[in-house]
Amino acid sequence: MSQTVLDVRNLEAGYEPGVPIVRGASITVGKGEIVVVLGPNGAGKSTLIKAIAGLVPVTGGTVLLDGKDITAAPAHTMVRLGLAFVPQTENIFPLMSVEDNLKVACGILKPRETPARIEEMYAAFPDLARHRKTAAGNLSGGQRQMLAVARALIVHPKVLVLDEPSAGLSPKFVAMVFEMLAGIRISGVTILLVEQNAKAALAIGDRAYVLVEGKDRHEGVASELWNDPVVAELYLGQRRLDPERGRHSGKGSAA
Amino acid sequence: MSLQFVVDGLLAGSMIGLGAIGVTLTYSILRFSNFAHGDFMAWGAYATLAVVGAIGAMFGKIAPIAPLSFGWPLIAAVVIGMAITGLLALLLDMVLFARLRAKGQAIIVVMASFGASMALRSLLEFIFSSRPTYFSRAIQIAMPVGFGIRITPDQIALLLLTAVLVLSVHLLMTRTQTGRSMQALSQNAALARIVGIDVAKVVRVTWIVGGALACVAGVMIGILIQIRPFMGFDMLLPMFAAAILGGIGSVPGAVLGGLIIGLAEAGAVQLIGAEWRAAVSFIILMTVLFVRPIGLFGVRER
Repeated sequence: MSQTVLDVRNLEAGYEPGVPIVRGASITVGKGEIVVVLGPNGAGKSTLIKAIAGLVPVTGGTVLLDGKDITAAPAHTMVRLGLAFVPQTENIFPLMSVEDNLKVACGILKPRETPARIEEMYAAFPDLARHRKTAAGNLSGGQRQMLAVARALIVHPKVLVLDEPSAGLSPKFVAMVFEMLAGIRISGVTILLVEQNAKAALAIGDRAYVLVEGKDRHEGVASELWNDPVVAELYLGQRRLDPERGRHSGKGSAA
Repeated sequence: MSLQFVVDGLLAGSMIGLGAIGVTLTYSILRFSNFAHGDFMAWGAYATLAVVGAIGAMFGKIAPIAPLSFGWPLIAAVVIGMAITGLLALLLDMVLFARLRAKGQAIIVVMASFGASMALRSLLEFIFSSRPTYFSRAIQIAMPVGFGIRITPDQIALLLLTAVLVLSVHLLMTRTQTGRSMQALSQNAALARIVGIDVAKVVRVTWIVGGALACVAGVMIGILIQIRPFMGFDMLLPMFAAAILGGIGSVPGAVLGGLIIGLAEAGAVQLIGAEWRAAVSFIILMTVLFVRPIGLFGVRER
């Protein structure tokens, strides 16, 4: 694996003291990689990346970005530190124009660099360029995700962190969003994403982790994980009680 | 009937509108109705008066700038008064509102602002007494400008000042990074943090802008009518009416709402009698809200 950009070690986090949701999760993301975090509902996937982004109180462990400790840094300082986060829902300012949505995120850029950087985003996302003056709330679901991603990329982040970018989108837009992410990776951006849509995410990912009950339980190359019995096992947690599946689990761990 | 009510209404509307900008910004960004906002006006007027006095003590008597009733000491004092009132708003937020906001219940903050309003007013009565006072006792002759309308030079200057201030705030909100951050914060506070906006800083700017404009409104009342501790409290209902009428969160809406209320009140005084003044503005408010509950320039919440 190439140089590590994001290094999360034994992270513990939760909304309330004494009720950890993330319980000692460790993941790494290498430069230029797309890393996917999978897991059953309630595994703490979203909480994990929100904790990384400074949005959920961290009670233990560390988050290193390019070797620098950014654990539990205030959320508004994260873009300056090099981490850009795209929330799952409500990830645009609905009453502001597309252009203002981009501009408002440029606070850490030099003012005279901003216009050129916005044009670069329009060049990368031509669909947004056609709607510069449109209120972001009037965009389609796919265009909103595009705007949210463009807004995150505009500050040249070292790592782009996305919380279920396909959530709530129609199949057509899901395909569009993953195509967009694959395209972004080609331009050299490092991506960490959490997804329910495992198949689509693994198709574009390099590596993946399976998170269960707040801990990373399995790790592997994305293209192989889809057929990995351990993943099916962990993902569909209740089957652990099934003795038939129990055998698979043993085999998978040994492999 | 005489068209004089137009001038009276525009002036009253300017004072209401400048105050309503602060009310609407506080409401949309900090999510509470600040009932102490009227008292920022009174504090602004008294702070300006005190600075005028200090300048007078230092430089002696200074002739007014003809044809106005005031000279450069008042102009300088307003600028200092705006800073003082902005800082007062910041201080109040620091010692009171910010702590209560952290507990997360908006109604507690609203109630606290009621208390702060009374405390601020009583403090003014304690320091300056409740006797009305004036920036100048000079009497200005109103000039006829046609259509039976008369206007004094002070009134013209203050209407122009209002126009300049409203335009500046509008440009601040729509053309600057600070303004965009304020809009962003009012639409989605969590996302605002994620895109790198320092919420605490934006909140500070909001208080300073609101406080400074309240000061100007207070000084306008002081120049055109009189200065007394209750001057701001009496403006509270029209200010809230204007902010709601214009659509919460909208700066142009707050000003337009202020002008509508001011004109309606002035017109009512002339047409149906002074005792109906408040009633007329509230009938207009209710009518608008029945037809368009989000106000004139308001936008539906997500």
